[in-house]
Amino acid sequence: MSQPTKADIQKNSLLDFSLRKFLKRNGFSYLMLMPAFIIVALVIIYPFLYNFNLAFTNLSRSTLIDFLREGKLHYIGLNNFVEVLTQSTFWTVLLRTLIWTIVNVFCHVTFGIFFAILLDRDMIFKGIYRALLILPWAIPQYISVLVWKGMFNYNYGAVNILLERLSQIFDFTYEPIAWLSNPTTGFMAAIIVNVWVGIPFMMMIALGGLQSIDPNYYEAAEIDGASGFQQVKHITLPLLKPVMMPAVILGVIMTFNNLNVIYLLSFKKLTEKIDILVTYVYKAAFGYFRLGYAAAFSVIIFLILLGFSTVFIKQNESH
Amino acid sequence: MSVRRDGIIKRTLIHLILIVSAIIAVYPALRVFGISIRPDDILYSTSLEIIPDGATFSAYMQLIFEEPFLIWLKNSLIVSFFTVVLGVTLAATAGYAFAKKRFPGRKPGLIFFLIVQMFPSTMLLLPMFLLLRKINLTNSHLGLIIAYTTFVLPLCVWQMRGYYETIPDTLEEAALVDGLNQFQAFYKVILPLASPGLVITALFSFMSSWNEIMIAKALMQDPDMYTLPRGILNLSSRFNTEWSTFAAGSIMIMIPVVIMFLILSSYLVGGLTLGSVKG
Repeated sequence: MSQPTKADIQKNSLLDFSLRKFLKRNGFSYLMLMPAFIIVALVIIYPFLYNFNLAFTNLSRSTLIDFLREGKLHYIGLNNFVEVLTQSTFWTVLLRTLIWTIVNVFCHVTFGIFFAILLDRDMIFKGIYRALLILPWAIPQYISVLVWKGMFNYNYGAVNILLERLSQIFDFTYEPIAWLSNPTTGFMAAIIVNVWVGIPFMMMIALGGLQSIDPNYYEAAEIDGASGFQQVKHITLPLLKPVMMPAVILGVIMTFNNLNVIYLLSFKKLTEKIDILVTYVYKAAFGYFRLGYAAAFSVIIFLILLGFSTVFIKQNESH
Repeated sequence: MSVRRDGIIKRTLIHLILIVSAIIAVYPALRVFGISIRPDDILYSTSLEIIPDGATFSAYMQLIFEEPFLIWLKNSLIVSFFTVVLGVTLAATAGYAFAKKRFPGRKPGLIFFLIVQMFPSTMLLLPMFLLLRKINLTNSHLGLIIAYTTFVLPLCVWQMRGYYETIPDTLEEAALVDGLNQFQAFYKVILPLASPGLVITALFSFMSSWNEIMIAKALMQDPDMYTLPRGILNLSSRFNTEWSTFAAGSIMIMIPVVIMFLILSSYLVGGLTLGSVKG
């Protein structure tokens, strides 16, 4: 007798299909998923579709009153999308957002793994170091950003004071930098703050990953005479990769969409000079009430992230 | 990497790096504390020291006794508590199905929970506000609880699924062979084993709801319904910001989260898992 082919099995299972069997097999899974799915669908999908709808309207400060009173919307087709994509600001801000995301996530992952490797050994004060290094994660972002903003102050900020003192000790010249008055240094400051905020998360993920690596690998490498650096490169990093990947995707999405740091740091000072896409959208929506325009803009942000994640996941699957 | 004993130079170097990094990690938090105990007449100082001259706890007194601090605290506790309960329950069940069951729509479902993270959350605010207003849930704890649960849920589902995947399938199979039904196998066998994962998921949901400010700002306009961060933000936007009071408020918000992190930091290693993207 010949083996049944895959197509045969499929055909058979289609013929055999009965709702009762299907439910008996999968009902439990769907039941377990249902509550989470319903609440997410209601509270995210509805606003999402609503926003999608707004993207095709000219809802703005002048038409908002009409809309709130009578629910009237005036559709203008793809005009908002055209406006976003033909503006040169969009492309500048997009480029800045890409730099922002890449630099941040790269530093988060590199420092995160670095600290995790340092902490994953027997030594005194290990627990204390770990607890202290997690702290930036535990502090609400708006508080840490406001504190950092004070620390970047030209006259009284800890950053300039510290660098000045270091320059006296190590005898180099340091001109105090007006960090938050200039777009370039302001953007650097924002990246420094966000790197500081994001390291602990990656560090903890990496620490978890390191613990699941079999120590025998290192022992074998040791016998083969591999140096510490070679062990990290050929054992630690490849084995960490599957653990870090979902965290990296999540990190990219969250950094890309991080409103707090740039918004609070540039508030009233570097207005619109160091914007990334989300802060730009936020200002367009709640500063200028260009709601239709902002809605179209958010749809574009969403599509960029969707595209990125799809490519990223596909690539990792093929490896 | 505990196989090899590091040399004395290497160990000193590692401690040095960790000490400097720890100082950088902790300094901003200490700075807030320093500002909170600063007497009113010192606005700016060029000192790097944490404890200012004439340190006083009057800002804390003022915050607790002269501002509606206790009302904000109550609101925050209610909202955070129910967000944690709801978030953990929903993530524990959904994550389990994703990790241990194979059913049609599993992969799209998993991707769905990733995709909902991609939309700028600030743009969901306006429609969500209109929606909640329609069903009379603005200025209510329930509205905020629903909003927070939804926003933390995708991450929590991924986290729980990742944790369940570290539990061998054989345990569950054994439970089923022993005559438990699927639900019993879940909550009698797997769920207790997943407690480190549950603890971390609870920590996530607690942190996001306890610290959240943008949604609270949009949904809670009645000062009696302010959460702690929302109330503290209000202090900072007054005409004449009293930074010491603001800082004292920030410290009060930070303390519970920091304590939880310190207590749970050993759980965090190993409990924090996002699983793999594949499968």
